[in-house]
Amino acid sequence: MSIRHGLLALLEQGPRYGYQLRTEFEARTGATWPLNVGQVYTTLGRLERDGLVRPDGEDGEGHVFYAITEPGREELRAWFVSPVRRDNPPRDELAIKLAMAVTVAGVDVAAVIQRQRVHTVRALQDYTRLKARALAATEAPFTEAPLAADGGGPDRGPDRDSQDLAWLLVLDQLIFQAEAEVRWLDHCETRLVRHAARLAARPARPEPAAAAPAAPAAAEQAAQVTPRGSRKR
Amino acid sequence: MSAQGWDTGRPEPGAEPEPGAVLRMRGVSRVHGRGAAEVHALRTVDLAVQPGEFVAVMGPSGSGKSTLLTLAGGLDSASSGQVVVEGTDLGALSRKALAAVRRRSIGYVFQDFNLIPALTAAENVSLPRELDGLSGRRARAEALAALAEIGIGELADRFPDEMSGGQQQRVAIARALIGDRRLVLADEPTGALDSATGESVLAVLRNRCDAGAAAVMVTHEARHAGWADRVVFLRDGRLVDETAPLAAESLLSGAAAGSDPSSEGTS
Repeated sequence: MSIRHGLLALLEQGPRYGYQLRTEFEARTGATWPLNVGQVYTTLGRLERDGLVRPDGEDGEGHVFYAITEPGREELRAWFVSPVRRDNPPRDELAIKLAMAVTVAGVDVAAVIQRQRVHTVRALQDYTRLKARALAATEAPFTEAPLAADGGGPDRGPDRDSQDLAWLLVLDQLIFQAEAEVRWLDHCETRLVRHAARLAARPARPEPAAAAPAAPAAAEQAAQVTPRGSRKR
Repeated sequence: MSAQGWDTGRPEPGAEPEPGAVLRMRGVSRVHGRGAAEVHALRTVDLAVQPGEFVAVMGPSGSGKSTLLTLAGGLDSASSGQVVVEGTDLGALSRKALAAVRRRSIGYVFQDFNLIPALTAAENVSLPRELDGLSGRRARAEALAALAEIGIGELADRFPDEMSGGQQQRVAIARALIGDRRLVLADEPTGALDSATGESVLAVLRNRCDAGAAAVMVTHEARHAGWADRVVFLRDGRLVDETAPLAAESLLSGAAAGSDPSSEGTS
């Protein structure tokens, strides 16, 4: 996850100090990816080293402010105009687990799938509950700002609205991802059943040498038949 | 108003004999055909739904989801076992008495809304109450109140073809819960709606449950099941699994920073 670019985006709105950045990051993402202040300062250090931010004075309480630099703005613009790359998908533990489960003898893959399905659906319920609350909060007439104390910076009104929107988008993403996982699990299950049926339909002990050429031959026949059939139409 | 049932948690299902269950299915089976052609659509299903509870039923097609719903609603009768709605054993009723229970205690919401095209929203909603013997005026007053409660009071005099799908489905929910009816049986209620509209319809159903109704919704979409308090899984006619009650604390610990001031003060 790009904390770097996240911080640049926040600094684009004006100078901020570390703790403030953490608070605002979490207001937008609902602490889905909790940040500790240490990470924020480490990242600010690197951004400063790379010339993308610069220190911008202190306030009376000793908070060190940082401001985005012109190269920082360019970096941020480049981030927004380029897609998040899919060519290095993050490791997915569940995909790895299922890939292993189907190859390790004695694992009840259907049970692995069902356990995961129940867990993921429950997560969906949990996220949906959060979303219902967030929706109720956004649709409720203006109440006392729940973001207390030094919450969200000076311009609270529209800022608050876009923070709520950001949090809803993040929740929706979690929900859609969980849904996709459940659908994938359903699909895996079907595939397993088909696979088992195919294995069962195979002759008892196929001679590897004899069985192997049979399939390509059949495929060739099919390939010859199809074009002829389609030409007739 | 919203989502309170989710926050407070309800009596643990299955902990007590639950005299208050709105729907209780005990050992319910449904067999179609005989001998070699015998098909077990449902096998000894036990399910209790409490007031305020929203239960989603998931399962592959052919797993018995719709059969479960038609049995719960008294539209079909069980081959064995008991279906009890608001304390009344449906299997013990005469045809006429069953029709009365269906009308007074149970509401349906279908994928295709099933509103009567020649009637306005208010007339559609008040119809079951008029059939109950209420005066037209009282039935209309109740219908207007029911429509207002789900935020579509202004649509009272529109005809179904003058409303969007989402609006029609809300009218159907109002109709399902008019009078003393506390049990909504919903079969893929958002199947015909786009995702944002479907969501707002589910939010309405959720709110009605938080206000004390009980709902059983059949769906094949996990995202929709996410609105329920409990999700049960059907497979080959059996209930094979269900989700545990949600904990008060979210999985995203410290989440909802936007609405939880306590997350501000930490660290």
